[in-house]
Amino acid sequence: MTNPTDDPCAHCEEMMQPYLDHILTEAERLEAEHHLDECDWCRRRYKFEASLRVYVHQVVTEPMSAALKQKLSALRIPLN
Amino acid sequence: MSSANVAAMAETQPDATRIAAEARDRVRFEEEALALADQVFRVARHLAPSKDEAEDLVQETYARAFRSWRSYTPGTNLRAWLLRILTNLNIDRGRRNQRAPQTTPLEANDYYLYDKLADSDGRTPDEDRVVERLSQDDIVSALSAVPHDFRDAIVLVDIGDFSYQDAAHILDIPIGTVMSRLHRGRRILKRELADSVMEDAS
Repeated sequence: MTNPTDDPCAHCEEMMQPYLDHILTEAERLEAEHHLDECDWCRRRYKFEASLRVYVHQVVTEPMSAALKQKLSALRIPLN
Repeated sequence: MSSANVAAMAETQPDATRIAAEARDRVRFEEEALALADQVFRVARHLAPSKDEAEDLVQETYARAFRSWRSYTPGTNLRAWLLRILTNLNIDRGRRNQRAPQTTPLEANDYYLYDKLADSDGRTPDEDRVVERLSQDDIVSALSAVPHDFRDAIVLVDIGDFSYQDAAHILDIPIGTVMSRLHRGRRILKRELADSVMEDAS
């Protein structure tokens, strides 16, 4: 990790993924939020990351074909 | 009825009950597994190198699951159980020879993609819409360019909504490895996205 006093934005950047994954310690979380409160530049980038995750989750949805669904049902083992 | 016949019935009866109970369990298993097929396909689609291969893989997975349903413990995560079969089949199919090259992937810092998107027109009037500069094709092809070890982690956690724990179980790797691959994988993905945006712009 970078030293927060050297470059607070670079330090904030490193905390972004764990922050959004909710795996920062309480102290780190507060530190990130404190910086975000006063840094619009970082805040915009956090917001973008959060929307990107939602977006990726949404756009990769491709429904399964009905033909495949039928094939799967046909794989069931018949009752004797 | 002779006493010998009664004795014989008493012996066969529990067996018949057991068989009927097992048939009921199996039917229930098959129905629960089929109800998850859409979700399994959604993840398989991006673990496999192509849509056709994803379809084959899902079929093979269900064929195997229906055969070995007794090894599933009721009450545990069936979706994770199915995905573990699928992941193993995918590896067996030799996906390691396919697509994503095993060179060290390019990775940029976490803010890199945003900076590129914001730069492409110099300013960002509507913050909430920056992400919409990426098309569905951009995302799908960038994802497929991420080497499989990293992609597996992203696909399971960020697309399949599996916990780190479940992803670790499915991929048979330690949980810390899932977390580091996920972290690096997202950076690689963003780097790929940034490259595709810059290509579009040029």
